[in-house]
Amino acid sequence: MAGTALQRRLIWRTAEVQDLVDETPRVRSLVLEVPDWPGHVPGQHVDVRLTAEDGYQAQRSYSIASSPTGERVTLTVERLEDGEVSPYLAAELRVGDRLELRGPVGGYFVWDVSLGGPLLLVAGGSGICPLMAMLRLRHAAGSAVPTRLLYSSRSLEDVIYRDELDRMAADGTGLEVIHTLTRSVPQAWAGLHRRIDAAMLSAAAWPPADQPLSFICGPTPLVESAAESLVHLGHEPTRIKTERFGPTGG
Amino acid sequence: MGFVSRAFKGRPHDQPRDARVPPGQYLVRDFPVLSAGPTPRTSLAEWSFSIEGEVDEEKRWTWEELRALPSETVTRDIHCVTKWSKLATTWEGVSVDTLLEGVDTAADYVMAFCDGGYTTNLPLDDLTGGRAWIAFAFDGQPLERQHGGPARLLVPHLYFWKSAKWVRGLRLMQDDSPGFWETYGYHMYGDPWQEQRYSGD
Amino acid sequence: MTEQALRLDGNAAAGLLREVFVHELTDARGACAGCGAVGAMGAQHLYMSPRSPGAVLRCSACESVLMVVVHAGGRFRLGLQGLMWLEMRDAAATT
Repeated sequence: MAGTALQRRLIWRTAEVQDLVDETPRVRSLVLEVPDWPGHVPGQHVDVRLTAEDGYQAQRSYSIASSPTGERVTLTVERLEDGEVSPYLAAELRVGDRLELRGPVGGYFVWDVSLGGPLLLVAGGSGICPLMAMLRLRHAAGSAVPTRLLYSSRSLEDVIYRDELDRMAADGTGLEVIHTLTRSVPQAWAGLHRRIDAAMLSAAAWPPADQPLSFICGPTPLVESAAESLVHLGHEPTRIKTERFGPTGG
Repeated sequence: MGFVSRAFKGRPHDQPRDARVPPGQYLVRDFPVLSAGPTPRTSLAEWSFSIEGEVDEEKRWTWEELRALPSETVTRDIHCVTKWSKLATTWEGVSVDTLLEGVDTAADYVMAFCDGGYTTNLPLDDLTGGRAWIAFAFDGQPLERQHGGPARLLVPHLYFWKSAKWVRGLRLMQDDSPGFWETYGYHMYGDPWQEQRYSGD
Repeated sequence: MTEQALRLDGNAAAGLLREVFVHELTDARGACAGCGAVGAMGAQHLYMSPRSPGAVLRCSACESVLMVVVHAGGRFRLGLQGLMWLEMRDAAATT
């Protein structure tokens, strides 16, 4: 085996926007070419830094939404009303623009096929992003790890990656996608129509005896209450990983 | 010139040619909530404020006793070391001069201490002369917990990390000693007009 | 905004920490000097925002300060007193 590479201090890299994909009215994916990208593990994120002409800087973290099997790095950004960074990334950025980023980082909220399952993924809004990287790797690797995704969105048109999730759920590899809508529902909606709560989790979760791995990502209140519910249902706290969004200021 | 993000402006951060805005600061309209830890939940029944340390006699007030003291409403500009400033904020509180009345001390410095363990150090002199308050109301309303309620120290002429949230007392000391952020590199004094953000500035 | 919303998972400090340490600290385990609880750094309670003076990592069991990271004035200053020990896997080890 050749010499072992030592990790280096992390540096800021300059990525180039290759493509922009409008996922929903408020959400856009940025497909980036990152020189010397070392690859990533699903669940990791990058820190993005913007610099204005007068030197003013703003920095935010975004989960990597793409599978490590792809060549590009995809970030999916929700444009927040009062945001400082997200309106720039989700609306102003153009193909060909450059973006400074640092990563991939994060070693705690990660899943690789070797970690197995069964998997319970719980997402609130754009909390689906890191979980989508996990699902995309699972799909690319042809994995049949039993997986359930419980995904809360405001309305059907706000569901990010909807078609792709439908396709993955229909491919017979044991992925089940459960949507719940919290504000408006379409006519004849037969699905869930409320915020994620203990009863919903109880129905969606694997039995604790199956020793599932759970990943919960989204706004802090959703993450905290879902994690608490799972613990009450008897799940091992060390097998529940959370990624809270917090008030990053958009 | 380093990397620049095309067309990125960021939050409005013009430095107005305004004598009220210290160097390197930008104005905000919201009131950012920042914290180094969980929000304490001390009840008013448990709450007390004390002046202790290098004093002849320690003093202590319950919430009722503090509220029975004369208070005043003041409007001041505030400046955070992380560069945001907010002009004309209105507070109601008891002047620290009132609390120090009759306190006999040879000490020159103070460590303000708070629920949750936060501390910050200041010269005793900067807490006197009508420049500091124990504030219990902001903008005409009781001070919200996330902004330091029931009461916080208010010392607007210094960077706002010195205006300790959830303050419970002042410990008078002979020599200056670093509080929480000062221990981690922030300036011992913190004058926004001299941009004293970090030690060595 | 609710008060609980102010808290992040330690994982959110991954980028900041990787500017200083070569190891991925969010995956590291540490022991709290306050209560002795052992856990992954990424799972502890992080108080950090773009407008705060620094990042404060607290023990999820007892809330005492594990680590403070201030990146300001051209320097990184780390407060490590709250950790009894910190442990990282050696990715290069063969045994």
